[in-house]
Formats: sequence, C-alpha cells, structure tokens
Amino acid sequence: MSDYLHDFFDIPSDLQHSWLGLIGLHLREALLPVAAGLLLALPIAQLCVRFRWLYPPVLGVTTVLYAIPSLAFFVVLIDYTGQSELTVMIPLAVYSLVVLVPAIVDGVRSVSEETLAAATAMGFGPVRRYFQVQLPIAVPAIIAGLRVATVSSVSLVSVGMLIGNQGALGNLLHDAQIYNRPELTWNSVITTALLAIVLDALLVLVRVLLTPWMPNRPTRRRPAPALEDAAR
Amino acid sequence: MIRIESVTKRYPDGTVAVDRLSLEIPDRSITVLVGPSGCGKTTTLRMINRMVEPSEGTILLDGQDIQRQPVTTLRRSMGYVIQNAGLFQHRTIVDNIATVPRMLGWGRQKARARAAELMERVGLDAALAKRYPYQLSGGQQQRVGVARALAADPPVLLMDEPFSAVDPVVRKGLQDELLRIQDELGKTIVFVTHDIDEAIKLGTMVAVLRTGGHLAQYAPPAELLAGPADAFVEDFLGGDRGIRRLSFFPSGALELTAGPVIPLDATAEQIAAPDAPFLLVTDADGRPLGWSEPGDLAAGDIRPDRLLSHGRPFVPGTDSLRVALDCAVLSPTGWAVAVDTDGKVTGVVSQQTIGEAIRSAHAAGRAHDEVAG
Ligand SMILES: Nc1ncnc2c1ncn2[C@@H]1O[C@H](COP(=O)(O)OP(=O)(O)OP(=O)(O)O)[C@@H](O)[C@H]1O
Ligand SMILES: [Mg+2]
Repeated sequence: MSDYLHDFFDIPSDLQHSWLGLIGLHLREALLPVAAGLLLALPIAQLCVRFRWLYPPVLGVTTVLYAIPSLAFFVVLIDYTGQSELTVMIPLAVYSLVVLVPAIVDGVRSVSEETLAAATAMGFGPVRRYFQVQLPIAVPAIIAGLRVATVSSVSLVSVGMLIGNQGALGNLLHDAQIYNRPELTWNSVITTALLAIVLDALLVLVRVLLTPWMPNRPTRRRPAPALEDAAR
Repeated sequence: MIRIESVTKRYPDGTVAVDRLSLEIPDRSITVLVGPSGCGKTTTLRMINRMVEPSEGTILLDGQDIQRQPVTTLRRSMGYVIQNAGLFQHRTIVDNIATVPRMLGWGRQKARARAAELMERVGLDAALAKRYPYQLSGGQQQRVGVARALAADPPVLLMDEPFSAVDPVVRKGLQDELLRIQDELGKTIVFVTHDIDEAIKLGTMVAVLRTGGHLAQYAPPAELLAGPADAFVEDFLGGDRGIRRLSFFPSGALELTAGPVIPLDATAEQIAAPDAPFLLVTDADGRPLGWSEPGDLAAGDIRPDRLLSHGRPFVPGTDSLRVALDCAVLSPTGWAVAVDTDGKVTGVVSQQTIGEAIRSAHAAGRAHDEVAG
C-alpha cells in the first residue's frame, strides 16, 4: 500500500515538477485565464447593458467561440504562440469570457427599475451608480459565472498535454501511458477533480462573505451557456 | 414654490405624456397629482427633479429655472420616494438611510446618527438598523424609503405612489404617519397616486390629470368634491363623493341633546321623564354603556349586559360630520353618541339633526362660493 502511495506521488522526472509543483502550474494555467476573462468581461458586459442592441450580436459571437473545441483552438494558435502555456491559456480566457459576459449582463440587469430610479433620484451619476449599486448587486450572478468558468478551466487545462506537454496535471496522463503507470492516471484525475471542488467551494465562500444581504435561500440563477465540456 | 409653466413632454416615440401643463405647487403643503394610469403623473414628477427633461416649457424652483443648477445638486435637494421603496438591497437599513448624507460628505458617525434619528421619526424600531431590506416587511421598507428621502433634510419631497404596494391597513398607517411627519417638518411635498381617496385624505391641493397629461382640475379636496369641473372629474371622484365631502364639515356645531341620557342608578322618575323612544345608559364615570327602550328598564336594576350596543361614539369638534353620520347610521337606534376626549357622554344626536346640519353646511358652502365667485 505504501509502495503504491509512493508510486502514486512519484512524478516522472521528464515533467520537471513535483506533484505540488504540477498543482501550482495547473492553478496558474487555469486561473490566469479566468482572471483575464473577468477583466475583459466587465467592460464588455457594461457596454452590452448600456447599449442594449449590442448584446444579441455579442452573445452570438461568444456562443460561436464557445462552440469551437479547445483542441481546434490550440492547433490554430500554435502557429502564433507556439507550444507554450499561452496557447493553452488564450482559449481558456475566451471560454471564461463567454461564460462571464452573460452572467454579468444578467446580474446587472437584475437590479430592479425602482432601485435604479431611486439611485438616480438621489443624485448618483452613472459611474457611481454602476460601481456602488449595479455591480455589488450583480455579485451573486458574477460568482455563479466564475464558478462555471473556473471548474471548466481547471478541467480543460489538461488538454494542453496534447500540445507539447503544456497540460500541467494533464501531462501525467501522457506519462502514465508511455511508462505504463496507471496510478499516474488516477493521480491526474483525482487531483484535478479535487482542485475543481476546492476552488468551487472557495468561490461559494467568497460569495457568502460578499453578500450578507442575500436571503438565506438563494434564488437560483440561470446558468450561463450550457456546459459542453464533454464535447471537448 | 415650484412653478410648472406650460410644460410638455413628448417621448422619442411620439407619445405626448404631458401636454402644456401649468401648476403652482405651494410651499410647505402636500400637492397631490391624481389620475388614471398613463395620464403622465410619473412623468410630471420626474420632470421636477430632471429625471425626465421637458420637451417644452420651464419649471421654476423658488423662482429659479431648474435647468440652471447642476442636476445632482438639484436631486440631492429633493427627496424621492417610490413604490416598493427601491431600497438598496445590498446595504443595511442605516446605510440605506445615510446614503445621501454620505454623498454630501458627512462623516460616517454623523450620517449614522442622523439615520437613527430618522428611523425614530418614521416609526421604525432601532433594532432594525443593522438588518438588510429583505428582512423587513413591505410597510417597514416603505418607512425606510421615506426616512432615506428625508435624510439630508431636503426642502422638497417627491413621492410616486409610495404606498400603493402595501395592504390597506398598513397604507392607512403610513398615510397617518406622513401627515404627522408633515405637521412636524413642513416639507413641500408632491405626491402622486391613482387613488382618489388617498388624494383627498393627504392633499392640501389636488391636481386631477386626464389621459394625455391634461390638467382637468386643480383645487383643494373639499372644493373638488363640492364642484367637479366636468364629467371626467366627477366620474373619477366616484359615486359617493357627497358622503366623502362630509369629511370636510366639522361636527362641532351639531346640536346635542342630553335628555335621553341616564345614569346606571337612575330612579324611576329619571327613566320616565325624557319621553324619548330610547335612553342611553352611562356608567358612574359618564361613559356610555348602551341603549334601551324606557319600558325595558327597571329602576335600581339596570343590567348593562341587557342593553343594546351604543356603537362607535364621535367627538364633536374633532370628528367630521361624516363620522357623526356614520355613527348614527351604525347605531341600532339611529342616534349617534357624542363623547368628549375623555370618553364621557356629552349628549346624543339623531340622524335627522345631522341631516339638517349637512343641509345648512351645504348652504353655507354655496353662499361662500357665490361671495368668492
Ligand atoms: N420612456 C418612455 N418612452 C415612451 N413613452 C413613455 C415613457 N415613459 C412613459 N411613457 C408614456 O407616457 C405616458 C405617461 O406615462 P407616466 O408613466 O407618466 O404615467 P403615470 O400617470 O405615472 O401612470 P401610472 O399610474 O400607470 O404609473 C404613458 O402613455 C406612457 O406609456
Ligand atoms: Mg406612474
């Protein structure tokens, strides 16, 4: 048993990382794109709220982007960014963006007409109103979007294995095959799943801390575009 | 004073929401805009704080064109209360109320102290301060809405159907509270409603608007009930405006009679003397116990539980003729019981006498109109 455990955590040297190192790498490759996606999604969503006509075309474009399988995305990008982490992270940032834009738009739009009118009547300018009223009230929707984006990002990083071992924990799958060590497959699958679960729980915690004003029974938000990760 | 001068609002889609409306809104009183749905009440109200810009015409605040001052300054000098309160769901009650003072640069401590003071003024328990809006009832939220609008002590209060989303009992409480607060603070209030009863209860002046934003009539409520300008206003006032108009006639001049009032320990002579079809029995403190026919009463053995209910009494001078009439109508004998503020019987009055008082009040009103006109 202890031998098995030993083998389980014995990461082949060609990966150039310990188990913890792989986790760190995986987190970076998964979370940086989500952060980038969020940074881009906020202004895009704000434009969509401000100019209503913009939302349907933006939604159309993002849905098409979301439908591109990650592998195809990687292959196209290799010509420009080579077999690098960036090649993995760009598609993940795009997927995050696609999930987050509608989440933020719906969240900001969920602020009631009365609340907006009250804010305007109290002398809130549009900028102050956005940051002090609309965005805070959209937090639950934004975090719901972040949960979807984060979990799918964590699982998709592994696909990076296929482009020159840029898949962090996913690279274990490759090594499991070439060294015939099935325990590495288990390591990859279990660690990735745990990472996703822990990150998801952390986001729920952040949500609870940021929104003491929510009724205890949270109203269910419509999930952003259906998870099609299986297709990738 | 707010002067609306021949203001028209045409929305981009061509809808004329308000059409050449002119209105003088007096200081320190409640002016009610009332009318059917879509007649331009909200639009008019929102033009006063420039949430809607007029297409034509001007609005003057204390003689100054409101276009001349920065829009945020204008808005912060006007409290705004709306249906469903429109509270910030992500802020506690104190923080909601302290919003405008904070924006005006008050310190946190001072703003919160002010919020606490206002919570008391609008009748909210201080224990609610740290709660969030979802933890309050609709009526409580509406009180917070009023407190928030009053926070920076603005001279003007704009209220858009503030009480229409709560049940009638709570609404009555909120209306009474508003009148009380207005007595204390003397704000210039513009109040929008589609409920004519609310308009009549709250308004010093009532502006009846007709669809298309036309002013149908602008008058004090009593005048409105007495002389609707046209069929539209008359129809809008409803079928029982005659009865409702009685609210504006005082009952102080009613001629009371104390003859049929006898004490619980009345003698046989006291029971026989009044020669009235019914007698009102009072207790040792002079409070009413109930009615009885003289024949059913035995001196020395009057049983309070055998008496007919005396119904609700009225207080002459405080209550209106409408209340007096209501008491008489509800009384099993057709006589209304008058009491003083301590609840002691001062006399009784018949429906007939009340009817005469109504006729002479109407006659006095007409004479007044003829003199004025
Ligand atoms: N932003 C807008 N664009 C176009 N038309 C509008 C707009 N806002 C209001 N209207 C129209 O202007 C008219 C007056 O609207 P307003 O909201 O002032 O009515 P209201 O008297 O407040 O009605 P309610 O009692 O239903 O609140 C209506 O016909 C309405 O449809
Ligand atoms: Mg309205």
